[in-house]
Amino acid sequence: MEDDAPVIYGLEFQARALTPQTAETDAIRFLVGTQSLKYDNQVHVIDFDDENNIISKTVLLHQAGEIWHISASPADRGVLATCYSQAADSKVVTCAAVWRMPAELEPGGQESPEDAASPAHALELLCLLEPAARGSTACVTWEPAGDGKRVVSLADSHILLWDLEGSSSQATLASSASLEGKGQLKFTTGRWSPHHNCSQVATANDTAIRGWDTRTMSQIYCIESAHGQLVRDLDFNPNKQYYLASCGDDCKVKFWDTRNVAEPVKTLEEHSHWVWNVRYNHSHDQLVLTGSSDSRVILSNMVSISSEPFGHLVDDDDLSDQEERRLEEKSQEPPQDSVIATYEEHEDSVYAVDWSSADPWLFASLSYDGRLVINRVPRALKYHILL
Amino acid sequence: MAAAAAAPGPGSGPGDSPEGPEAEAPERRRKAHGMLKLYYSLSEGEAAGRPSGPDPLDPTDLNGAHFDPEVYLDKLRRECPLAQLMDSETDMVRQIRALDSDMQTLVYENYNKFISATDTIRKMKNDFRKMEDEMDRLATNMAVITDFSARISATLQDRHERITKLAGVHALLRKLQFLFELPSRLTKCVELGAYGQAVRYQGRARAVLQQYQHLPSFRAIQDDCQVITARLAQQLRQRFRCGSWATSHCRWAPRSAPPLPPEFCLPALHLRLPSCREGGSGAPEQAECVELLLALGEPAEELCEEFLAHARGRLEEELRSLEAELGPSPPAPDVLEFTDHGGSGFVGGLCQVAAAYQELFAAQGPAGAEKLAAFARELGSRYFALVERRLAQEQGSGDNSLLVRALDRFHRRLRAPGALLAAAGLAEAATEIVERVARERLGHHLQGLQAAFLGSLTDVRQALAAPRIAGKEGPGLAELLANVASSILSHIKASLASVHLFTAKEVSFSNKPYFRGEFCSQGVRESLIVGFIRSMCQTAQSFCDSPGEKGGATPPALLLLLSRLCLDYETATISYILTLTDEQFLVQDQSPVTPVSTLCAEARETARRLLTHYVKVQGLVISQMLRKSVETRDWLSTLEPRNVRAVMKRVVEDTTAIDVQVGLLYEEGVRKAQSSDSSKRTFSVYSSSRQQGRYAPSYTPSAPMDTNLLSNIQKLFSERIDVFSPVEFNKVSVLTGIIKISLKTLLECVRLRTFGRFGLQQVQVDCHFLQLYLWRFVADEELVHLLLDEVVASAALRCPDPVPMEPSVVEVICERG
Repeated sequence: MEDDAPVIYGLEFQARALTPQTAETDAIRFLVGTQSLKYDNQVHVIDFDDENNIISKTVLLHQAGEIWHISASPADRGVLATCYSQAADSKVVTCAAVWRMPAELEPGGQESPEDAASPAHALELLCLLEPAARGSTACVTWEPAGDGKRVVSLADSHILLWDLEGSSSQATLASSASLEGKGQLKFTTGRWSPHHNCSQVATANDTAIRGWDTRTMSQIYCIESAHGQLVRDLDFNPNKQYYLASCGDDCKVKFWDTRNVAEPVKTLEEHSHWVWNVRYNHSHDQLVLTGSSDSRVILSNMVSISSEPFGHLVDDDDLSDQEERRLEEKSQEPPQDSVIATYEEHEDSVYAVDWSSADPWLFASLSYDGRLVINRVPRALKYHILL
Repeated sequence: MAAAAAAPGPGSGPGDSPEGPEAEAPERRRKAHGMLKLYYSLSEGEAAGRPSGPDPLDPTDLNGAHFDPEVYLDKLRRECPLAQLMDSETDMVRQIRALDSDMQTLVYENYNKFISATDTIRKMKNDFRKMEDEMDRLATNMAVITDFSARISATLQDRHERITKLAGVHALLRKLQFLFELPSRLTKCVELGAYGQAVRYQGRARAVLQQYQHLPSFRAIQDDCQVITARLAQQLRQRFRCGSWATSHCRWAPRSAPPLPPEFCLPALHLRLPSCREGGSGAPEQAECVELLLALGEPAEELCEEFLAHARGRLEEELRSLEAELGPSPPAPDVLEFTDHGGSGFVGGLCQVAAAYQELFAAQGPAGAEKLAAFARELGSRYFALVERRLAQEQGSGDNSLLVRALDRFHRRLRAPGALLAAAGLAEAATEIVERVARERLGHHLQGLQAAFLGSLTDVRQALAAPRIAGKEGPGLAELLANVASSILSHIKASLASVHLFTAKEVSFSNKPYFRGEFCSQGVRESLIVGFIRSMCQTAQSFCDSPGEKGGATPPALLLLLSRLCLDYETATISYILTLTDEQFLVQDQSPVTPVSTLCAEARETARRLLTHYVKVQGLVISQMLRKSVETRDWLSTLEPRNVRAVMKRVVEDTTAIDVQVGLLYEEGVRKAQSSDSSKRTFSVYSSSRQQGRYAPSYTPSAPMDTNLLSNIQKLFSERIDVFSPVEFNKVSVLTGIIKISLKTLLECVRLRTFGRFGLQQVQVDCHFLQLYLWRFVADEELVHLLLDEVVASAALRCPDPVPMEPSVVEVICERG
């Protein structure tokens, strides 16, 4: 009961960018990037002590500019990529770069409290993902299961695949492709699929979702008008290789089967404003998290289209009869999609939500006013899924 | 006594005076005693106290039984004066004389009578003596006669016996002669065609011949007869076959065809049909043949098979002709004519066959009836198939009355064979067909209604899309709404009226349980009316779900109009229609029907969804304008604002247009009373400094922290704004929704950009402009302030060099714009 209460952490600046430290599987750690035009921007490394409900933070300076997007390397805990904007002589340019956190932070990240007060460490620039004349980068996404050597960045209408060499100190453009069509096409977001040997990337531009094969850099599928308005975010189901979730300005969350893109498999319309973020839980894909500019975070239970539509399958034979019977009863309940909880701790638009990489029952959400909220899946549901 | 009589008060009975029963008792007893005595005619010597009346025992009464002359004289002498005595004496004398003369007359008369009686008796004595003599003579004569008669009869005895024998022989001979002549007679009869006669002869002779067939001569006759009979039978059969064949083709008429025996006439019902008689002339003949054949002892089994086979041939001919009418090549006659033909030709024929069959083969028992039923069932089903094919062609037509009349006729015709052949289930099958057709008609009408609805929607679309002639407004939304509503209503009424024909009293099938119960409740009410209202709601809702989220497919005005239509349905029309239906079709069925409230709820839900969708669509339109204006501009290098941007003016114009549009159909709604300026004032008058003052402080940030704090504090005191929240059915709510969506979009777009100093100032000007003009549309103007404040605050945050414009300058620019 006590630990179901949300834990709130406030940043001094506006913030939009949030990611779990993907390579870290023991400690619950999130990275938050701030947006400020007047002060130096920061990356907050936020550690959450699950047992004591205590948050500890480390501030790293990100002097390059305000951070619009942040993503952590899946292989190296110290490496992260950001998209940031620089205002240079009456022009705003968004660039992308790969950074390394200062080495002394890495082991455990248990800093003394005075460390936070002392002048912050700065991030160490590893390389820029910014060839000239490519326009502004919207998003950087890492190869999910790889060794942290490959990233995809989306710049205007180009999709660029980079190879990072020499412990990420050098980025070479491996291949690229670009959108063709009328008008100014611009990628808004992208996501690298963990399936198919990590050979697929999904991107969004305007109302369309496109799938790309990274080996040939060619388009695999395209969902035209996936949403009525702009598509804001995508996520792949970690357990079902063809399932994709998307959200957008029409307040809807849609679930797609990429083999048949004519109709969404399922549509949710719970939010009352644009949905900015959608995330599958990494291990229990029926849990779907969405964040919206109506300042709400909604956790939904999409049992019917999850990889475990009939609940957790138990093969163990050594369960006692009683338990078995109970399980049977449970499995006879028809799976029902429902909203598990609506979290209303935020008072401004929520632009980012994500699950922790270490604890599958824990997630963080970030609103524009710099409020970071860490929440847990309700305990009853957790046990229901586990048992 | 007088006291006793006066004592009882009025109202109490005379005999029950309670105060003196003792005093009265002896008096009453004596009185009753006297009455008893009087009854037994006893003298009442001691009853001296009798009050009045002539005493019969009075010795002075002249006429009394106890008259005593002495007493009387004494009395007279004592009581009367002389004159009176003289008078009475004279009177007495005169009376005595009169009595004397009377007595004399009586005596004389009696004497005369006695003498005449004596004479008569004497005469009688003489007569009797004479009679006795004559009787004696008669007796002797009789004896003589008896004697003679005995002798004569003895003489005639043997002759009489001979005569009797001769008479017997004569009769026998005549019978024999008949027998011997039988072959020739039969032949003659056969030649003449008098088959009936022949069969009668044969019937009479058959038993005798059968009995005496051991005698050679009789055998010969019998053989002859059999040959002739066989020929006769053959001829009859031939005629039977030929007759059946003749019916449809050569109209072969036998010379000696006897007039139709009356019992073969079918029930009057069928003969009433004009074509029945001519078309079926073969059937009675055939029936006669069969009857004769039966009389000839032909096997009934075989005959009935043959009979049915021939009947089948004829009926099949009818069916073929019906089928030919169905065929595509000749122009099909209308359905009424078709059922008439079918009714007279086929059903009439079937009736005749059935009636004749039952007449002829009644002896066959249940097996025969079963055969007939099977026969009728088979042909009936083929007939039904044809009728159904024909009726199916009618499905598309709109004329219900013709169809109902045709069905009525069809059903009515089949009642007769239905009564004749209950086992064949023809009437049931016919009812089933009628029911099916009725059901299909309902479906057809439902489709018609849906089509009419869609049609009127198309009309609305066209009217909305039609280019407006300058200076002349097209038909207003309210007018269009009224048109749509009235056209739908009139369609519904027309459908009800035409469906109502099925239940009209004069239609023969209207009293079937289906038409009294299920048709009315499940058919008309549920599937037609409720179904239509439901489908209308669904059609309307489908406009919400259509992929035209980009605003392309459905014109927003149509959404608005449909929403109002559904709302009107919810408030009045549905209950009106259902009441109308229930009145027209007195629903007797107990099956559950959809209550009005459910339908109303559905309609309301639809109206709500449509209106919400309308808000979304319109909000989206304005949002897109705002978004484009924010996204495409280079805010960093913009010039110092001199004007309100055109987009904002456009937004205000569009909002005003929407306001007008919604105002045509929806009521004003409740506005949160804010201040005196909620009254309608012109734009220019409105822009007071008070408004300015209210939101001016919000964009004077010195540091980001302050802004944060400020906006957070502000949020603490304001309620959370639900952007896409459900709307209510009024203008203010609709516009509030649209404006909320638009402004929230503006806010989010602003947050994605970076502004230069002048960019911020431009936003400031724009927001002030919106502030000036949008407050009047919304329920709570605080909402507009809040959102616009937030926009300006966000813009200030996104500006590296936030220097806000002087409020007075902003005001001047806005007023100028």
